[in-house]
Amino acid sequence: MKEKPALSNLLALDCASEAQRIGQSIRDSILGLFKKKGVVVALSGGIDSSVVGALAVRALGSDRVFGLLMPERDSSPETLSLSRQVAEHLGVRIVHEDITPILEAAGCYRHRDEAIKSVIPEFGPGWKSKIVLPGVLDADQYRFFSVVAESPSGERVQARLSLEAYLGVVAATNLKQRTRKMLEYYHADRLNYGVSGTPNRLEYDQGFFVKLGDGAADIKPIAHLYKTQVYQMAEFLKLPEVIQRRTPTTDTYSLAQTQEEFYFSVPYRQMDVILCGKNNGFTAAELGQYCGLAAEQIERVFRDIESKRLAACYLHAPPVLVEEMLCPSEKCTWSQACPLDR
Amino acid sequence: MNYDKEIRDFIVSNFLYGDAGSLHEETSFLDSGVIDSTGILELVAFIEQKFQIKVLDQEMIPENLDSISRLSRFIDRKRAEVTAVNP
Repeated sequence: MKEKPALSNLLALDCASEAQRIGQSIRDSILGLFKKKGVVVALSGGIDSSVVGALAVRALGSDRVFGLLMPERDSSPETLSLSRQVAEHLGVRIVHEDITPILEAAGCYRHRDEAIKSVIPEFGPGWKSKIVLPGVLDADQYRFFSVVAESPSGERVQARLSLEAYLGVVAATNLKQRTRKMLEYYHADRLNYGVSGTPNRLEYDQGFFVKLGDGAADIKPIAHLYKTQVYQMAEFLKLPEVIQRRTPTTDTYSLAQTQEEFYFSVPYRQMDVILCGKNNGFTAAELGQYCGLAAEQIERVFRDIESKRLAACYLHAPPVLVEEMLCPSEKCTWSQACPLDR
Repeated sequence: MNYDKEIRDFIVSNFLYGDAGSLHEETSFLDSGVIDSTGILELVAFIEQKFQIKVLDQEMIPENLDSISRLSRFIDRKRAEVTAVNP
């Protein structure tokens, strides 16, 4: 039986060899497998996309990496300047595409605001909003989204979302990720490049992405790295301090929103330890002792992890075919990457 | 009062598309995969509307909602509260 690693060493990453391995994978897939000339990376000024951008530059050279900056009306004011800073640091070409007009035309803001208004009737122009989940540690409660809205004078109102309102808000805001992906593929097509996704392991495992939005990509070079490992890699790659210090955010709603408010049940440092520990066979009691939580609380996080994994199956699933299809190309060299695996 | 039949009919027609299969009164909706977390929201909307009750945030726990029998007992309790307030 494989021996369990020490909990304290669980997330330690040999960044030099890992960066080399990821670089090889990027070259093999983008240049070799897909026969593309480079890669498009959407830079948000967050840690994940910055690390992916830096790894892509190491793998392919800065002239083969194209950065896209795509803020919109609800993005944090610092998003654009931070993503520019990363692009300058990496020395890559960029295009700034403000996606607000596309989202307006598609009805993103209007549909979202109507859905919010259905549970908070006073919600209107000038208000800000976000959706939040209750914590998971203290009770075996189902985790249902509430909307938090802030009036122009700063008063906050919170209301649980009805099924219809929840689906309406999610469907409308998913337009943001899908619009960005549409533009990433526009630039990839015109440059004959591939597209890199930027999910880390927590996001990939737990389904924290939009199907055919940020979930779509040709490569996902850091999908196997836990969030704390992404931070280690950022330090190794010498990314700007301001990027390394930035708190992870969804940057999707007009009110500031942490990722654990929106999706994960505990802050990412704890989530990393619990997910990694669970994957390596540690018990709730062992992880609880390490994290300073009760075993019962870890069990709740375990249940939340499994529940999200179940929901993520749909997000990861390719289209269902009625019968198995063989790859029609006799020259297919994609091996396991070929969706029509022979 | 027992609400098993109304709940069962709703579950079977909305989530099992007419095939009750092995759904029993004590079957856990989540563990058996009959209903996912979005489905629970649909279930709450159904019972609020059908039985004229308001499910509070702190009541949204498996103990109240995760099987036909648990739901039935929960609705019975909530209806009793409504009747006590508005006899």
